[in-house]
Amino acid sequence: MIEQKRVAAEVLPPPTLRYGPLRWLRENLFSTWYNTLLTLLCLWGLYAALSALLEWAFTRADWSVIPANLKLLLVGTYPAEMLWRVWAVLYFVVFLLGGSAGLWGSLLRDAVVALSAAFFLLALLPFGMSERLLLAGLALLGGGMMGAGWLLRRAARLQTWSKRILLGLWVLSPILVVVLVGGLPGSGWLPTVSTEKWGGLMLTFMLAIVGITTSFPLGVLLALGRRSELPVVRWFSILYIEIIRGVPLVTVIFMASVMLPLFLPGDTRVDQAVRAMTAFTLFTAAYIAENVRGGLQNIPRGQYEAAHALGLSHFWTTVFIVLPQALRAVIPANVGQFISLFKDTSLVFVAALLDLFNIGRSILANPTWLAHDSEMLLFIASVYFVFAYFMSRLSQRLERLLGVGER
Amino acid sequence: MTKAARIPFWRDLRVLRALAQVLFVIFVILLGNWLYTNLQANLKRTNISFSYDFLQQPASMGISEGLPFQPTDSYQYAFWVGVFNTFRVVFLGMILATLVGLIVGVARLSSNWLVRTLSAIYVETLRNTPLVVQLVFWYTAVFLKLPRVDESLELPGPIYLSQRGLVMPQPQPTESFALWGMALGGGLVVALGVYIARRIYLERVQRPGTPWLWGLSAFLLTALGSWFLLPQAPLRWEPPVRGIFNFEGGMQFTPEFTALLLGLVIYTAAFIAEIVRAGILAVSKGQKEAARALGLTDFQMLRLIVLPQALRVIVPPTTSQYLNLAKNSSLAVAIGYPDLFNVANTIINQSGRAIEVILMIMGSYLTISLLTSLFMNWYNRRVRLVER
Amino acid sequence: MRKVFTVGLVVALLLPLLTIGQGQPTDTLGRVKARGSLICGVNNAVPGFGFLDERTGTFSGFDVDYCKALATAIFNDPAKVTYRPLTAAARFTALSAGEVDVLIRNTTWTFSRDVELKLNFGPVTFYDGQGFMVRKASRINTLRDLNGATICVLQGTTTEQNLADMARRLGITIRPLVFTDVTARDKAYDEGRCDAMTADASGLAGARVRLSRPDDHKILPELISKEPLAPVVRHGDDTWYDIVKWTVYCTIEAEELGVSSRNVAQLRTSTDPNIRRLLGLEGDFGRKLGLDSNDWCANIIAKVGNYGEIYDRNVKPLGLERIVDGKPSPNASWNDGGLIYAIPFR
Repeated sequence: MIEQKRVAAEVLPPPTLRYGPLRWLRENLFSTWYNTLLTLLCLWGLYAALSALLEWAFTRADWSVIPANLKLLLVGTYPAEMLWRVWAVLYFVVFLLGGSAGLWGSLLRDAVVALSAAFFLLALLPFGMSERLLLAGLALLGGGMMGAGWLLRRAARLQTWSKRILLGLWVLSPILVVVLVGGLPGSGWLPTVSTEKWGGLMLTFMLAIVGITTSFPLGVLLALGRRSELPVVRWFSILYIEIIRGVPLVTVIFMASVMLPLFLPGDTRVDQAVRAMTAFTLFTAAYIAENVRGGLQNIPRGQYEAAHALGLSHFWTTVFIVLPQALRAVIPANVGQFISLFKDTSLVFVAALLDLFNIGRSILANPTWLAHDSEMLLFIASVYFVFAYFMSRLSQRLERLLGVGER
Repeated sequence: MTKAARIPFWRDLRVLRALAQVLFVIFVILLGNWLYTNLQANLKRTNISFSYDFLQQPASMGISEGLPFQPTDSYQYAFWVGVFNTFRVVFLGMILATLVGLIVGVARLSSNWLVRTLSAIYVETLRNTPLVVQLVFWYTAVFLKLPRVDESLELPGPIYLSQRGLVMPQPQPTESFALWGMALGGGLVVALGVYIARRIYLERVQRPGTPWLWGLSAFLLTALGSWFLLPQAPLRWEPPVRGIFNFEGGMQFTPEFTALLLGLVIYTAAFIAEIVRAGILAVSKGQKEAARALGLTDFQMLRLIVLPQALRVIVPPTTSQYLNLAKNSSLAVAIGYPDLFNVANTIINQSGRAIEVILMIMGSYLTISLLTSLFMNWYNRRVRLVER
Repeated sequence: MRKVFTVGLVVALLLPLLTIGQGQPTDTLGRVKARGSLICGVNNAVPGFGFLDERTGTFSGFDVDYCKALATAIFNDPAKVTYRPLTAAARFTALSAGEVDVLIRNTTWTFSRDVELKLNFGPVTFYDGQGFMVRKASRINTLRDLNGATICVLQGTTTEQNLADMARRLGITIRPLVFTDVTARDKAYDEGRCDAMTADASGLAGARVRLSRPDDHKILPELISKEPLAPVVRHGDDTWYDIVKWTVYCTIEAEELGVSSRNVAQLRTSTDPNIRRLLGLEGDFGRKLGLDSNDWCANIIAKVGNYGEIYDRNVKPLGLERIVDGKPSPNASWNDGGLIYAIPFR
């Protein structure tokens, strides 16, 4: 018996830091007297805030305003019989995301898993039956595409080809999305839906995505311009960046939406949504430029010298050596920029557009819903929070993945 | 040098550069000219005129706080009152946001699990919701829930706290104020002398110390001493008086001002906290261990070892946050604080001069931003010098 | 590089949205017809006048109904309207620059707007006036009692100016608290931050419904301003101005003659020459206006309604009656002692 016990003792794992809940409490919450005080203070504050909020949310609040207006909040005044086009866009995007997640994996996979789970949860909510089926379909598509991509990864030839096809689809995606949502002039089955009818969360996303993609190249050019050896170009870039960064976004949108027609010849008409997007692009480009400049400054001199030694011209050094490194390093910062752009879309009321926030305001002017402002505000804030939080987590993961700041 | 050996001008880099710049300038000028001619033509066609003459007309509007303002004052003065109000909130906001951000940033690294988690929740929640929603929340759900003006809380002083804001007595100068002012000037000289003397002494004995504390105490001593030596107190506390509707006189902090300040501070502090956290994490562990080995206390370590090094990383991104704070203050319109943007909006509505006023708004924010940038760049250089 | 390519494509795609007018008609009616829809400048968040309605999935309200009436006159289809929500600051620039065909956005007709901004105002559709709402318990009964009071105001139009002018006239001081958002203003007043709230009477009625205890508040009988709200067009296109004018008169005349959306089909057999002219059975009024058909007004009545129907559908739910306790408001028909009066269709 004694012999046996000794043998058993030898294979025991090393002691871990596993301890009981009481010990954990003491170590983490009540280690010193001021920690105890802090803990109690925090607990009291938490209780006061949460109890008031929950009491209101479950007893006095009337949430009927949200389901009644859900369609308006999501897509604005987009014609109801054309809603299948928005669904098609969703399916298309999930198709691309799922496929890419399967083929390239890593961070995208987590994002798609989260997205599919979210769609699945939404499908459990009491919407109409067709909506629930469509949502469940989205969840299935996300998961299925990921699986398909993962399988394709096994076959080398197929993998390269499917990657190429997906990349092509990504490149074509802006066209497809705009055509699907906006319509094809002159075709019978895709009648045009003017941008005045786009709205709600859909518009919020479109503004933010177009804003960030179009501002990116402009921002990179400005960042390069700011570091250029040509004084005129440098000073122009500095002037542009500093002026734009010094004024509030709302004035830029106002200039673009109200003033722009005054700066264009006679009968030129620019679509309202395009005006707002122009404002977002011009505004965000200045911030992206500063982010990129940070990336450019972090590239060691040796890289330039090595490139010159290899006989690369200034232009090709920038394209092949400097930019790939610099842009990689500033991806997380640009995700942060995207989040703030996403939140700032609420300012487009100046440009006569109805994004999520302003659709909410317009609904509250309906005599039926006059007294439901708190519920509406809280709902809109939560929608912003869910997406912004999701993206900020993603950017943190990305930061770790790319090892920014660790080299 | 033969002719053939010279580089032809179309391949001479210097010539090409100059040429490129000249072309760029020409392009910009042409673009500007095109826009300007279009503008001229359009203004003429659409009967919109451009002129700043309206600024001298009476504003015919009221402004609830800030510099004293009458409806008969000009639009120009109304705009200045708005600028003053913006400046007030931005200046205080920057200072407070830095303090709160510093505390939360340190709290994110606390050993207390609850403090750490709550500060993380704080940062994530505030960073991921639009500021305008937060401002409306602070204003309607916190400040408007204070007791009504009839039931104001009376604190000793007397200080009154109600929905109409925080009202407290205001110091009013009496006849002996001029004499006291001179005494204060003298005190300043004495304080400076004490500071320099103490500093020289400390350098000589090679010991750390806080000479500024000595200087400050010297100043306070002269100020207090002269206050009591004078036959009549130089300042008189004028208490607020309850009118029919509001308190009159005294120092007043309106709920709009306080809500805007709080909203801006808490929102910006969430961003600053993350910057501070990153800055502290960037200081290598060895530095902290060395500080402990020297027997420094936690606070001394933070103040003398960690923060000076962290500042190097913290200052540049904090500058951007200050700029954001200044620009975000334009959201004051949502909760009725008469800032520059709010007043300017009213001017646009009344005068119909949208283009002119928007240009004035942009110019004002640009000035505030540039001043902030200049100051922070100066400070950044100072921090760098200290580090070497 | 891939990104650059993508962006290039996006830009190429968006270019078609930038439409350059080539060979377009120069007159407004021609442009509207060529476009196939009327661009109407509206307000998207005024209770009763312009808001989003979840039942129709689009805009509703008193002003919006006049956009629909105008579209019906031109296209015989109230849905052929593109609504452009405009802020108070942007609206006149948008109208002058030709961004909208007509501005029907609770806009007060004033001298400076009419003359200085070179605009034309159509018939008044709603007679408003700036008033005050106070608590019943506050012992404020006249405007003079407001001396020293804090007053909640909504930014925009002439509300703040009227308030300042009133204070100067009566020699009292007031503290205006200026908001851009209706919700914030109502909350501030409701919680007691302000002693009074001022807005146009229509706005006050809407705000009162929203308060936590509407019965604790009263609207002072005195009004400090006249706010005639009317549709606006720019100078220089009289045909278009006529169409806007007579669209409004059509709804008013229909009410005076007792023609409504319910009986307009039966009244085609009417022998009353006034009704026959209104419905386009006699005369050639539609063509003379430049419209395609003579039954334009009959279409408006059938698809949008007469003045009374438009009013009752949108403004009545706010608690604003046209006749209060037997006393007519300015928005009652002139037959009842109000100011709503149509120019004869002869």
